[in-house]
Amino acid sequence: MTITGIAAIGAGLAAIGAGVGIGKIGGSAMEAMARQPEMHGKIQSSALILAAFVEAVALFGVVAALIV
Amino acid sequence: MTLNTFKSAILSVLFLATSFSGFANENSDPQEDKEFNAKDMIMHHVKDAHEFHIITLNEGKEDQKDISIPLPIILWTDNGLVTFMSSEFHHDDTGHTIVEKDGMKFVKSHEKIYQLNADAHAVEFDSEHHPTNAVAPLDFSITRNVFMMWVSIVVLLLIFIGAARRYKKSEDNVPTGIAGFIEPLVVFVRDEIAKPMIGEKKYRRYMPYLLTVFFFIWINNIFGLIPILNGANLSGNIAFTMTLALFTFIITTFSGNKNYWKHIFWMPGVPVPMKIFLMPIELIGIFTKPISLMIRLFANITAGHIIILALMSLIFIFKTVAVAPVSVAFSLFIGIIEIVVTAIQAYIFTVLSALYFGMATEEEHH
Amino acid sequence: MDLITPGFGLVFWTAITFLCLLFILRKFAWKPILGAVEDREEGIKKALASAENARKEMENLHADNERILNEARAEREALLKEAREIKSKMIADAKDEAQAQASKIIEQAQAAIESEKKAAMTELKNHVATLSLDIAEKVVREELSNKDKQIQLVESMLGEAILN
Repeated sequence: MTITGIAAIGAGLAAIGAGVGIGKIGGSAMEAMARQPEMHGKIQSSALILAAFVEAVALFGVVAALIV
Repeated sequence: MTLNTFKSAILSVLFLATSFSGFANENSDPQEDKEFNAKDMIMHHVKDAHEFHIITLNEGKEDQKDISIPLPIILWTDNGLVTFMSSEFHHDDTGHTIVEKDGMKFVKSHEKIYQLNADAHAVEFDSEHHPTNAVAPLDFSITRNVFMMWVSIVVLLLIFIGAARRYKKSEDNVPTGIAGFIEPLVVFVRDEIAKPMIGEKKYRRYMPYLLTVFFFIWINNIFGLIPILNGANLSGNIAFTMTLALFTFIITTFSGNKNYWKHIFWMPGVPVPMKIFLMPIELIGIFTKPISLMIRLFANITAGHIIILALMSLIFIFKTVAVAPVSVAFSLFIGIIEIVVTAIQAYIFTVLSALYFGMATEEEHH
Repeated sequence: MDLITPGFGLVFWTAITFLCLLFILRKFAWKPILGAVEDREEGIKKALASAENARKEMENLHADNERILNEARAEREALLKEAREIKSKMIADAKDEAQAQASKIIEQAQAAIESEKKAAMTELKNHVATLSLDIAEKVVREELSNKDKQIQLVESMLGEAILN
């Protein structure tokens, strides 16, 4: 296996982690919105921001894969 | 009237070109032995280029003809500024066509310009991909991305100054025409991004930056998705995102108040060993924030482009038209998601910038 | 690797372009747009405030009206009461006066009657006296024309008169 292959696997693992994280954020946001529909806007924007933070981790993985 | 004809002309060119452009150069003849390389094609589209490539006719044959818009090349060499048009390379990207200017020889290889040593005839690389017989001068060329950036700011200026003019025309500040479309977006940036993140008192100072960055990123994200622009992937270029992140970093650092620096160097409310432990982490945090901004925008947009192109490449990898419906369906799906992503990434970049400004200007409250 | 190496040229152009865009838009777009939006919001806020004021004023006016109406009502009530009192007083006065007048008239009438009666009595008495004198004269004349009878009378009278 080449170094590129290993890097790709690493990126994939990072993507799994971020996927789980974003999934949890999305799920909880949905639940919260269902429970308090009047907070819809606020929950949505903070969920987006949090998703962006989690996503950054996966993107660091992708960039690491691009570097090697 | 003239505007309408202009509009329709643009649209017809756009759609006409769309059908040819994007995948013109990988439309290789199966009879030829040239293997289709998805990675090269994708990288070619995602990266910057010195000319606006439209289409290649008769590829691989004797009378191969490349149609492209030449762009100016501006180089800062040891002997001063050198400028010439990219058409002088005759579409050569392998480093063999030599352009002589002011007694210096230039070649282009993989969209990089090299200044050859006096005795060299083609650029050669060592195993580390460093040129052995050439140096790379500072490249200030008006590349594809710079060109698209200027197109985008012309569009932005037309839209927003036009919108601002609309307000001047109406006496009672009623938004009409383009202003009616722009105003909700501007108010959104103010009420949903600036006010909650920075605070009612201080948001006003940062509004021009936030608005500009939001619309600048958004329009360039959208431009990146238009096929005729041939993947002028400006917002997916790390130089672009780095510059914007740098602006956010500079503004954050310069607007940081006493409270902000105190939280970094001597975190209040925690024991002394913890303060010492937190200091380097917070210090690194100052830099990781803009870096993550840079990476996030770059990687999101680039990844979107890569996915769409990779899905399309499946047709050429499998060398069958049967895959085409699947490819087209999937890339259409991703394309629609990408349209949403253009706005979301612009929003995220702006909202996080605003968040950092808010952190920097927050007053002590305990 | 190439992909994540920022090209210096693009950084340079982006920085310049972005700064130009920022300054142009700030001067010619954001200022007028945000100014217009804020002006309008300010106008709406003012309009709402003035509407609220007008509403309050209306309420005050209404309250005033109510108060004035109540006052008027009370005044009317008082006036009516007073009128009623006056009326009853007038009636009572009239009654009293009538009573007094009536009793006075009656008294006068009684007095008149009394005096008339007295006069009548006196007259009657006088009449009776004259009459009786006449009768007595006649009787006496009759009586005294006869000697026996005179003696008889004297004797009866003497017999009647009790000497004590």
